[in-house]
Parts: sequence; structure tokens; C-alpha cells
Amino acid sequence: MLKIENLHATVDGKQILKGLTLEIAPGEIHAIMGPNGSGKSTLSYVLAGREGYEVTEGSVTYKGQDLLAMEPEERAVAGVFLAFQAPVELPGVGNANFLRTALNAVRRAKGESEVDAIQFLKLARARMKVLNMPDDMLKRPVNVGFSGGEKKRNEMLQMAMLSPTLALLDETDSGLDIDALKMVADTVNSLRGPTFSALVITHYQRLLNHIVPDHVHVLSAGRIIRSGGPELAQELEATGYAASVAAA
Amino acid sequence: MPAVTETLETVQSVTEGGYKWGFETDIEMEFAPKGLNEDIVRFISAKKNEPAWLLEWRLKAFAMWKKMEEPSWAAVSYPKIDYQDAYYYAAPTQKVKPKSLDEVDPELLKTYAKLGIPLKEQAILAGVEGAGDTPADGGRMPIAVDAVFDSVSVATSYKERLAKDGIIFCAISEAVQEHPELVRQYLGTVVPQADNYFAALNSAVFTDGSFVYIPKGVRCPMELSTYFRINAKSTGQFERTLIIADEGSTVSYLEGCTAPQRDENQLHAAVVELVALDDATIKYSTVQNWYPGDAEGRGGIYNFVTKRADCRGARSKVSWTQVETGSAITWKYPSCILRGDDSVGEFYSVAITNNRQQADTGTKMFHIGKNTRSTIVSKGISAGRGQNTYRGLVKISPKAAGARNFTQCDSLLIGDECGAHTVPYIENRCMSAKVEHEATTSRIAEDQLFYCRQRGLSEEDAVGLIVNGFCREVLKELPMEFAVEAQKLLQISLEGSVG
Repeated sequence: MLKIENLHATVDGKQILKGLTLEIAPGEIHAIMGPNGSGKSTLSYVLAGREGYEVTEGSVTYKGQDLLAMEPEERAVAGVFLAFQAPVELPGVGNANFLRTALNAVRRAKGESEVDAIQFLKLARARMKVLNMPDDMLKRPVNVGFSGGEKKRNEMLQMAMLSPTLALLDETDSGLDIDALKMVADTVNSLRGPTFSALVITHYQRLLNHIVPDHVHVLSAGRIIRSGGPELAQELEATGYAASVAAA
Repeated sequence: MPAVTETLETVQSVTEGGYKWGFETDIEMEFAPKGLNEDIVRFISAKKNEPAWLLEWRLKAFAMWKKMEEPSWAAVSYPKIDYQDAYYYAAPTQKVKPKSLDEVDPELLKTYAKLGIPLKEQAILAGVEGAGDTPADGGRMPIAVDAVFDSVSVATSYKERLAKDGIIFCAISEAVQEHPELVRQYLGTVVPQADNYFAALNSAVFTDGSFVYIPKGVRCPMELSTYFRINAKSTGQFERTLIIADEGSTVSYLEGCTAPQRDENQLHAAVVELVALDDATIKYSTVQNWYPGDAEGRGGIYNFVTKRADCRGARSKVSWTQVETGSAITWKYPSCILRGDDSVGEFYSVAITNNRQQADTGTKMFHIGKNTRSTIVSKGISAGRGQNTYRGLVKISPKAAGARNFTQCDSLLIGDECGAHTVPYIENRCMSAKVEHEATTSRIAEDQLFYCRQRGLSEEDAVGLIVNGFCREVLKELPMEFAVEAQKLLQISLEGSVG
């Protein structure tokens, strides 16, 4: 489904990713853990196609296509969803309008009919109920004045509505209380299935108690230095990253 | 929206019918000779069969105009206009209405289609014969339209229905014939002949425009609308609009403008006068998308307009809302004279400049009466090499005790070759008045664009969405029908401004 080979990337001329190789099969959830500055966020931005994140070597294939050759919006409608670490505010842009525009872009790409405002509200309200979000969050401008927890809820609402095939969660758990953390995990778990894969980027093992990954990788200095099953996360929690880094 | 689909499909089927259109609507035109002199003024007046007082009024304006200098203080630059090299009168030789949409300029229809105006309304707007006789989609608020096709108003709809309430809505030339006492009483009382260079020119040679009178205590039951259109080559358009809201009345007026593509610059110098008496409310909304010129700035409309409202009565209220996306040059300052005690003036503006467009626009609020209040919200968007200037004046006289003004000017820049300028003047001569001014300048942030694109929006759609968000405070002031149109226009205007 996703095949990353020997990926090298620079930001502002600085080499961040230095030969990262990773393969995710359909239906799998992979967790990437690692110390600050190891390149976790860079990986998610490179995969989503953000400007300024330049790939200097290596390749990424997504569903058999050259992902790196695609525009960010092409990747999005092809099913790549990035849950932002710091969701962006869009003043004056209604949340409902934004989400419906996004949903229809994805539906068009899939050859499905667009949803009108009424159908959209029905779908959105049902999802929001599950996420424990008040209705008025649809009327508010995107992320403007949202608390940290509300922003993450909003990301999860978008993810659930757009039902991606590859979700990239960039430290979505940072700064969340235990209830919000569970909400994020519940959303990911509800999407779990043979056509949903995810790359969960996190500092802490905490989130992985709720989203049990198929594979855990340790990222350090732009490369994966260890891989293992869910037990690796437990071990890291106990011993810290330093031991793994030293061993590599 | 099924209405839009229907519209697009119908336009498509119409265009596939094999009819070929040119740029100009093929209607035989009658022109006055080129150039401007007293004889032309007399010719126009005679053509319109005007009473002697109006001819005198025009001639006086013309005499004053000759002595005046074209203003040069605005932050716009353009080659010198040769006023002798234009036609000042062009009229269809017969009052022919297009029989169907087949006969309407396809460029105009294309714009309408892009804007998603339902076919029924397109027909009305384009002045198709009989199109306005039955209300548009059942249950919707109808819009009365007075279409100004070059110099002569060729279509007026819903007129009879309005007449039931005693409302007069007609071409100003018609009002001169039918209601001379009203025209004579109010014409030039808000914008005098010698007010400024372009107003003087307009007073001398104005050919048509709309006239509205709302009687005492009447709430106008529908939105009144004029679609201005410049069609004939090298014709300056000088419309004159006069709206009078008598005591306790309410009216909402929509002005929309479209112009077909053309190479030569065309001068447009309109005058709009609004009079609000005691407790009257006038809402005047404009969506202007005249041809802005090509990417290099060739062609396009020069839009030099004088719009002013006189809040003559106590507790009267005038609200200007404008969305300016077109024209090569916009020079426009819709203003309010807040004469009546407790009167209210509002100005909500969105101005977009892309490519080489220049806009110098804003408002003036003259606080004269006690406890007068004004609100100014201006949103300027510059893209390409566009230059956008907000120029405003808030003047508070010593007698305007308790006057209040709030001004907010926000500028949004797209790209690094455009410019935004804010020139707010405040003259306060009253101790108890309160004046507030806020201004911001921002860019569309890279992270905003990326966020939108990561959710599947194209870069252009993302810019459109962000710009619409930026303008929301103004767009929400527009009547529903117009707001949808304006939103799409903003996006169309910015096509090609990114990437």
C-alpha cells in the first residue's frame, strides 16, 4: 500500500531524513516513535507534500503510484489524510462549509456524487455525536478560538468524514487529556479495517495502549533504527530512547 | 443545486444551436457625433425630450466642468483621457428587447453561468421580453430589474406590482417625463453639479439610470435591481441614479454591473444620489465586475463614480455594501451625510485588484446631527500586480454631540508584486464624539493553503475559500441572492493569481 524506500529529505537545506525505509500493508497500523528532532514530523509533511520539504533521494509508492509526483490535493483525494499536530485556523471560513468542500472533493475523485448541505449535515451530526462535539462547532470558523482539545476533535471529525485509506497522525496525542486521547483512539479504531492503514507518530506509548499497532518503529536521526511489535513501545517506555539509539 | 445545473445545461444547448455571437450585441445603434460640446449636451437633452429647466441644469454643469481640472490625488495612474474622442450618446434605434436568451451576448451568459444565476433570472437580467412577467421560482423573493443597456433603459419589470404600493421604479429619463416635480426637487441636491470633475461631466451628459421613490411608511416588498451594462464601442456611460426614501419607508436596492471584453478603455462616470427622510432606511448593494483589462492591463473600464447619501431625516439610515472585483481603475467613495439626529451610515466594502487593476476606494462619513453613528468595514485584496487603496474620511462637526464612528480596514496580499495602502482621514471637532480605527494587513499564510490542499482543495479553491472567509463580515451584509454571486465572483476574479 505504502512503500517508502531510502527516503532522504531536506528542510531549509538541512538534511533531516537520511535513508528511511518502511512498508505498510493494507489494514496495518504502524507507530513511529522517537526523540525530538528525529524527523517524525518531517516524514508526515513529506508524505503529505508540503512545500519546503524537499526529497533529495529515494522513493515513495502509494497504491502503486509515485506519491512524490502528486500535488498535495491529489494525494488527499487519493486517500492520504494528515491529522495536524497544530491544526490551522481559517478565519471567516465556516467549519461546515470547509468540511463539505473537502468531502465533495474526495467524493468527486472517487466518482461518487456530491453531497448537498442537508445530506452533509446529517452525516456530520451523526459523526459529531460519536465524537461528543456540540452542533455549533460546525458553524464556527475552522479552528478559530478552538481549544487544543477541540482542534484535535475537529481533526478526528474530518478524518472520520473523509474516511482515508492512509491516515498520518502527527503527534495528535500531544497536549491531550485522557478523555480526548481516548476519543482519538476510538476514531482510529472505528476506521480500522482491511482498507484503512495508519502511521501513528507519537512521543509516548500512552496512545498505543488504546490504538494497538501492528508494528512499532524507532526513528532516530532520520532513519529507522529498530522495528518490532507492540511490545517495543512498552520497552521504550521503560528504558527510554537512549538505549536503542546507543545500540544502533 | 438543480437550478444551476439546469442553467448550465440550457446555456449549453442554446450555444450548441449554431447561433454565432460577436462581442457586441447586434442591435442597430444611434450615436451622437463624437466629442463633447454644448451642442452635444443640447442633443442629448432634445433626444430625451427634456423640459427647459433640465437643459439649463445640464448646460450649467457643462460650463462648470469646462473650468475644472481632472483630479489627480487618487493613487491611480492611467493615460490621459481624450474627452473629445468618445461618443456621449448611444441608443438602440428601436427599443428591441431580446426575444430569448439566444439573442443575448454569450459572454454575459457565460459570466451568469459561472455565477450560477438561475436561467429565469438570467433572462430577466438580460432583458428578455416577457421574462420578468412571472415571478422566478415559486416562493422566492422576486427581484425587480431595471436593465440599463448602454444609454437607454430597455427593460423594467415588476413595475406594476410596485405601483400598487405607490412605489416608483423606472428609468430616470422616464421619471423626468412622468414625475418632473420629484426629479426637480431632489436632483443634484446630494451631489451638486460642480461637486467634482466627474460628477460635473455626468450632470452635463447623463443619459440614463434608475429612479426610485418609496412613499411614506412603505416597506418596499422586493429587492430593486439594476444591471448596468456597457456595450457599444467607445461609449462613455454616464448613468444617474436617484433614490428617495420618504418618511418611515424602507428599500433595498441592488446594482450589478457586467461589461463585455473590449480593447479600448471605457469611461464610466456615474452619479448616485440617495435621500433618506425621517426614519427611512436605504440599503444600497453593488456587485461590480466590469472588464478589468487583460493580464497586461490593456483595456478595461475606468470606473469614476460619485455615490452619496443624504441622511436628511432624523433616525434615517443608509447602508452601502459594495463588492468591487472588476474595472481597470476604480475611483469610488460612497459617502453618507449624517444630517438628521440619530441617523446611521454604514459602509461595507470588498475590493479586489488582480493583474494590473488599480482601486482607490473608501467612504466619507460626515457627522452633522447629534448622536449620529457610522460603521466602516473595508476589506481590500491585492493579487498579481494590483494596487489597492482605502481612502476614507470621518468628519465630525462641532454640533454632532455623541457621534460615534468605528472603522476597520483589513488588507490581504496575495503574491509579492501587489500593494495595499490605507489612507484614513479623521477630522473630529466635537469633544463628546468617539472615533475608532483599526487596520490590519496580512497575507494568505502558507500553512493555511497547505491545510486546505491537504483536505483535497485545489490551490485556487483554497484561495477562494480563504478570501471569502476574509470578506465574510462584508458578504453577510449582502442580500442572499447577491451574496452567492459575490462569493463566486471573488473566486473568478482571483483565477490565476496563485501557482
